[in-house]
Amino acid sequence: MADTVSRLEPQAHIDAEMRAISESYAAGGAVEAQPRRDYAPYRSSLLRHPTKDLQQVDPEGIELWAPVFGARDVGELESDLTIQRGGEPVGERMVVTGRVLDGEGRPVRHQLVEIWQANAGGRYIHQRDQHPAALDPHFTGMGRCLTDADGTYRFTTIKPGPYPWKNHHNAWRPAHIHFSLFGTDFTQRLVTQMYFPGDPLLDRDPIFQSVVDPRARERLVATYDHDVTQHEWATGYRWDIVLTGSHRTPLEQDAAEEEHA
Amino acid sequence: MTPIRTHSLTPGQTVGPFFHYALPYDGDSELVPRGTPGAVRLHGTVHDGAGAPVPDALLELWQADASGQVVQQAGSLRRDGWTFTGFGRSATDREGHYSFTTLVPGKSAPFFAITVFARGLLHRLVTRAYLPGTSDPFLDGLDADRRSTLLALADASGFRFDVRLQGEDETVFLDFGDE
Repeated sequence: MADTVSRLEPQAHIDAEMRAISESYAAGGAVEAQPRRDYAPYRSSLLRHPTKDLQQVDPEGIELWAPVFGARDVGELESDLTIQRGGEPVGERMVVTGRVLDGEGRPVRHQLVEIWQANAGGRYIHQRDQHPAALDPHFTGMGRCLTDADGTYRFTTIKPGPYPWKNHHNAWRPAHIHFSLFGTDFTQRLVTQMYFPGDPLLDRDPIFQSVVDPRARERLVATYDHDVTQHEWATGYRWDIVLTGSHRTPLEQDAAEEEHA
Repeated sequence: MTPIRTHSLTPGQTVGPFFHYALPYDGDSELVPRGTPGAVRLHGTVHDGAGAPVPDALLELWQADASGQVVQQAGSLRRDGWTFTGFGRSATDREGHYSFTTLVPGKSAPFFAITVFARGLLHRLVTRAYLPGTSDPFLDGLDADRRSTLLALADASGFRFDVRLQGEDETVFLDFGDE
């Protein structure tokens, strides 16, 4: 392990790069809502971001619609990650809930939400995860649900642990849950990560910091909500997700909603 | 229609390296069973800026049916073998290769809509894989060398569509005004 470590850069280098980008962004005045795909402190992005401008185009045809998911696709129990393996997983049981909205604040109804995460020790049940923390035989770390008529999703899970990765020396990902979301249009498709309030690793994480706008970054952080917390059972977090707006006309939107009501 | 935005949107984040036990599912890349009359293969390789294959990417396909109609049918995650839902997923393999078994979308819908996720890609990219020989105002407005990155190539089993995330022959990725 020492050999690997010696080739990796110190956290201080990454911190300095992130700080420089942050200061340059603050001085620039423009608002960027999305992460920068070209964000060098996240080393894996170097060869995996486009260098040409994205092509502006109006969505047409299929792009104005999204796939439909239903009870056929997702079982009721798939939203509870604590009951998948015949025993209680280790860790802090918690409920994560919130609403999926479009850019106009309209609920995204009856649409698929998928999550995946590490276990309480920061280990994924994935071949490529070689972090020497224990696997939990009672936890797979993946779940699905459909939003309800109000756009609300709800999962029961355990709080994931932080884990080391190889971006630089002593690199640790803050605890997070991966979220995959669909809207009513193809254009609204989103994969993102939810983080926890007060995590000291957030400031040091180049994936989180790739969202250079501080207010946009905060929108990736859930809120502890005592009203979601359940007596003698689970702590509760709330995280609302806002997708981009729909490109369909209001008439088309209404027709689609009636169809799926 | 330009989308109205009254709520601040939630930023994207990379799909990371560990999505394989969560997002792929049995039958994800087979929009129709192999051997279905009219079934074709849409496949290709995802490359990074050094030309190396990307073995930890995930592509999603969303397309019209064989008559060109948009399908609004559930069942993509648990296929019944009869319902064409228009949606599929394919994770790239060790050689950066993805492959879908699907139907050719009808004439009025000349492209496959593709979403690309990958470790190292901080926010998803979207593109179009046009059927060979398509001419439309959007395509015709692009420079010839850029246009060719959006045209699928006919091959023995269907269509080949490679994705290049970066570089001289970088795929044209789209911004619907939401970026």
